[in-house]
Amino acid sequence: MDNGSVIRIESISKHYQMGDTTVRALDGVNLSVRAGEMLSIMGPSGSGKSTLMAILGCLDKPTDGRYWLDGSYVEDLRDTQLASIRGKKIGFVFQQFNLLARTSALENVMLPLIYAGVRGHDKRTQAEEALALVGLSDRMDHGPSELSGGQQQRVAIARALVNNPAILLADEPTGALDSKTGVELMDLFGKLHRERGLTLCVVTHDPEVAARTPRIVRLQDGRVTGDETE
Amino acid sequence: MNVFANIRVALRALATNKLRSVLTMLGIVIGVAAVVALMAIGNGATASITEQIEGIGSNLVTVFPGSFEHGGQRIQAALTYEDYMALEQHVERVNAIVANVSQGMQLTYAGNTVDVQVTATLPAYQQVRTVEVANGRFFLRSDGASRARVVVLGSQTATDLFAGLNPLGRTIRIGDVFFEVVGVLESKGGGGFGNEDEIALIPLETGYTRLFGRNAFSHGQRKVNDVSMSAATPEDVEWVMVQIERILRQRHGLKLSDDLDFTVFSQNAILETFDEITATLTIFLGAIAGISLLVGGIGIMNIMLVSVTERTREIGLRKAVGARRGTIMFQFLIETVVLSLIGGVTGIALGWGIAYGVSAADLVQADVQANTIAMAFFFAAFVGIFFGIYPASRAARLSPIEALRYE
Repeated sequence: MDNGSVIRIESISKHYQMGDTTVRALDGVNLSVRAGEMLSIMGPSGSGKSTLMAILGCLDKPTDGRYWLDGSYVEDLRDTQLASIRGKKIGFVFQQFNLLARTSALENVMLPLIYAGVRGHDKRTQAEEALALVGLSDRMDHGPSELSGGQQQRVAIARALVNNPAILLADEPTGALDSKTGVELMDLFGKLHRERGLTLCVVTHDPEVAARTPRIVRLQDGRVTGDETE
Repeated sequence: MNVFANIRVALRALATNKLRSVLTMLGIVIGVAAVVALMAIGNGATASITEQIEGIGSNLVTVFPGSFEHGGQRIQAALTYEDYMALEQHVERVNAIVANVSQGMQLTYAGNTVDVQVTATLPAYQQVRTVEVANGRFFLRSDGASRARVVVLGSQTATDLFAGLNPLGRTIRIGDVFFEVVGVLESKGGGGFGNEDEIALIPLETGYTRLFGRNAFSHGQRKVNDVSMSAATPEDVEWVMVQIERILRQRHGLKLSDDLDFTVFSQNAILETFDEITATLTIFLGAIAGISLLVGGIGIMNIMLVSVTERTREIGLRKAVGARRGTIMFQFLIETVVLSLIGGVTGIALGWGIAYGVSAADLVQADVQANTIAMAFFFAAFVGIFFGIYPASRAARLSPIEALRYE
């Protein structure tokens, strides 16, 4: 495998059985992402980009193909091992933030650390550091309902960063935000990428969001149709 | 992830839905409270009935005339004073023995009348039935020998008849015969069982010669309604019963193959019968209460299933950030167990309170027993685990990607 590849997939396919017809959500996708890269996976709805992200994030298993994540081969792993990989190597940011209701920003950020078995004091320190990175040190004790959409998404980013993941996967991260806040969020991603060498993969249908990343992978009908780097 | 962290996660999830948690708990609270209260009332009732039966007399063995064949056919036969004499002479290991002749009669004093069971008996009645004289004296052998018209009244009879006057030395009418009241018995208390306080006692010989007339005779022989005795020790009861049967078989000319024409009854047998009845009653009450606990458990399962559905995205997210299947399962299981345990403890307190209230209101002296509480507690825990497993496994089995997309 490549040196320095965080992600390497070879001829990944994902088929769903819908009644009598087989839906080929992904059909032989190859992709490799180097450490410290920032890319977008772009395509219209139904192109398979969400399925690809689910497989990259170990949330779903491919029907066929091979996948190396951060140097280790991910195949035939049991659910508990996949859970452990998700907790330690991957950070997720979702369109709908997915913060726990009535739970403070700090505790939301601490969630992955709880499952990773990090002890009390370290847990708090790491969560505070992650919140500082996204500029929310003064909002740690606020619940999601007391935060704006942009702030909630930054809490979600802090939660994704707290375990120092090998890669951060963001699924339409600006989808639920107004355009100004969306731009601010992409600025934050850019800053984290530049200053901390964060490996970042944004899945989007929005060309303006995709334009903010140096590399754009285009997906159509389950196949890669383009891979451009500035 | 350690167990305590998981318990904290579960508690936090419950705390964020306080109202729902409390309402869910209510089913278990009511179920457990019902179990504890009903069992306490059942135990209390059992204890009070047992106490009353034991109050009839210690190690009491009673012989009645006649018996029931298989199929309910009654065998008629008389029990006579001569039978009593034979038993009195030959039965061993007996402290005291009496023959009783009873009849319901009307007592009159100054326009007050009461209907009570008048029993003609012997002085040994006091030992056999363990009664104490509160006022005056019991009648003596000499009273019987002289056919004295003296009567000893039960406490309730005395109250009904004299309404506060001192009965001693006053003359009352029993049927058409005048009697002098020489004593009043102490109350046996407890109320209700066998009317132990609504009696009148006269000497046996007086009864035969002056009060009961022809009713007390059969073919020229003096009949008795029963012969009662108290065995020396509880262990002797069985032996006494065997002797009675042997002696009376012989006297009545019954062969071994013949059915008995008398019935020997021990207080222990009555006690056992009542124990069976009350045990059945307690189980029955417990079963009804158990059903309410079951309903409470189903309520918990229902709410947890709703909760799992409602929190599908939360579960998806927890899985996305590294929660394992087992961890999710454990979290939801802990939620139900915590719900049912808190509900269980609250229910025990409530049930205890109900038992206390019932006792305070003097309905039944309810008896909350440690094993009832232990049983209720473990039953609640069991309900929590049993009804928690299905929703928890549903949550654990959710595919993370589908859970995250759930709208």
